[in-house]
Amino acid sequence: MSDDDQKPVAGPTPPLSKAKRQTNRRRFLRTVLLTGGVLGAALSGFLPLIYSQRKRLRPPGALDETDFLASCIKCGQCVQVCPVQAIKLADLIDGMGVGTPYIDPRRQACDFSCDAVQCVLACPTGTLTYHKPEFLTVRPGADLAAKPILLAKEKDPEPTLNMTERMGVARLTRPEACLAIQGKGFKGQTRGPDFKGTMRYMDVDRWKPIRIADHPYDVAECDLCARECPIKGAISIETVFAPDGSKRKSPVVHEPCVGCGVCEMVCPVEPSCITIEAREVWKT
Amino acid sequence: MSQLLKRRFFEQIKVMFGAEPSKPAEIAPAAQAMHFYKKGNRDLIAEKLHARAHAEHKNTWRNRRWATLIAANLLFVLSFALDIQILEGALTASRFVGFHLIDLNSALQVMLAHKHIINNLLIGTGTVLVLWVLLGGRTFCSWVCPYHLLAEWAEKIHLYLAKKRLITDQTIDRRLRTVFWILFALLAFATGYTVFEAISPTGIVSRALIYGPGLALLWVLALLVFEIFFSRRAWCRYACPIGLTYGVVGIVSPVRIKYKLAECFHEGDCRKVCLVPHVLDTVIKGRAVETEIPIGPDCTRCGLCVDTCPTGSLSFEIKGLSKLT
Repeated sequence: MSDDDQKPVAGPTPPLSKAKRQTNRRRFLRTVLLTGGVLGAALSGFLPLIYSQRKRLRPPGALDETDFLASCIKCGQCVQVCPVQAIKLADLIDGMGVGTPYIDPRRQACDFSCDAVQCVLACPTGTLTYHKPEFLTVRPGADLAAKPILLAKEKDPEPTLNMTERMGVARLTRPEACLAIQGKGFKGQTRGPDFKGTMRYMDVDRWKPIRIADHPYDVAECDLCARECPIKGAISIETVFAPDGSKRKSPVVHEPCVGCGVCEMVCPVEPSCITIEAREVWKT
Repeated sequence: MSQLLKRRFFEQIKVMFGAEPSKPAEIAPAAQAMHFYKKGNRDLIAEKLHARAHAEHKNTWRNRRWATLIAANLLFVLSFALDIQILEGALTASRFVGFHLIDLNSALQVMLAHKHIINNLLIGTGTVLVLWVLLGGRTFCSWVCPYHLLAEWAEKIHLYLAKKRLITDQTIDRRLRTVFWILFALLAFATGYTVFEAISPTGIVSRALIYGPGLALLWVLALLVFEIFFSRRAWCRYACPIGLTYGVVGIVSPVRIKYKLAECFHEGDCRKVCLVPHVLDTVIKGRAVETEIPIGPDCTRCGLCVDTCPTGSLSFEIKGLSKLT
């Protein structure tokens, strides 16, 4: 034992053996493989961006789609505060970005039973926002002419909802099937006894939404879409002239429509006669 | 801090970014003397064999860690499931009794992609930054990240198969993690889309636990299969940018593992259980530059080495706390 081998060697590295070189080459190839695999998976993550032209109904106060995808941190806090669980998180095959929130109004619409647009309040990144930052543009027609009046709190000192842009616009997409147009009434549970959707009924309990199936209707002329719309002046049943000149009733959507989707959810016809066109703007 | 430890401190940062640990060029006299004393010392070898024969297997820190990890994730789950609202959100961003907490890497991705930072985002990120500076940076990985626990179980299967000689661990260049970190940051900035968040197993598993499972779990499953049959702990070791982000935080953290040269038999049991064995290069015979050495920032403070070491050479330390007492 000599003192010499106590000194750690930090001299020039000896040339690599053939086996070591081969190991290194294989390791390099594996590194390339993992790089490719992870980046490949990451690129598939871009699909929602490519499909961002496709319209999706995002929660109230959402930024426009590309800004939405840029800023959403995918935490689901908006999901947690919604009293009617209208907000869901997208999955891999939904093509909207894994973990981003969306609303499927036919299954469960946003009925503003939280009164204050809680999801906007919960959002930590400003993806859902009361005040859009100045550098982001507002699409013409997306802005609401006035703050929407929530019928449920019409008698409150502050009757408006803190929303400046609409989520979409309701449109009568299947007028031929509309009960109101046919002059028919509706009796029973809209959407049937198994429908899980819930909604706030002011005459039942202002703070406790109940299942729609527990709230049957009996109307001589169907007006469910207008009757349950939470926004003042957004939709009404009007008398219109049919192409043949005869008078008939029809739901008519007006400018205050924010695109919440309650009309789509409560429409008793299958599939719904009135649907939300997500991200649509108001056209006069 | 001695000059040698200072040099090692900076070298450990380079090691975190992917450099291979190198043999030290200079060793302090006290450590040198210890290395010399250990060389060929028959008494010491006898003592070592005795210690190894009687070493009892402990899982103290592992059990504490698993309990913490499960409790943290359970708190997320129950806050939503039972509506107790203590910890709302998911691991990417949440509110602890109303206080914003935002994952540093997710926050970074969002800031780079959106290029607009609102107050809540800033507050949440700041809170989490302070929290993990105090708690040890990559402590996040081993004490909170739910994917870490799944990967730990997958690792057990991997090690079992490796012991049966059915598979071998295929190592990958560690610099890859730094490359991924830069790539994902650039992608977020250039495309305005937080692409890493779409494939982050941490986010996917956390959301799956809280909001219910989805098909995105298939990606997590693919990662686990890759780790079991091909490369041990590949995601955490070679890919995850979250680990590197918290690793950087850990550079200045006072919570760390301390190595004491005197007790060490240099058997390397600690390196065998370690997720990041390159941080334990100092336990190799003749490598320690001082008699007591703090382990570098890439260490996840998981405590497996503390449990494994039969002689207590490795222990948790909070820098500056010993000076108080």
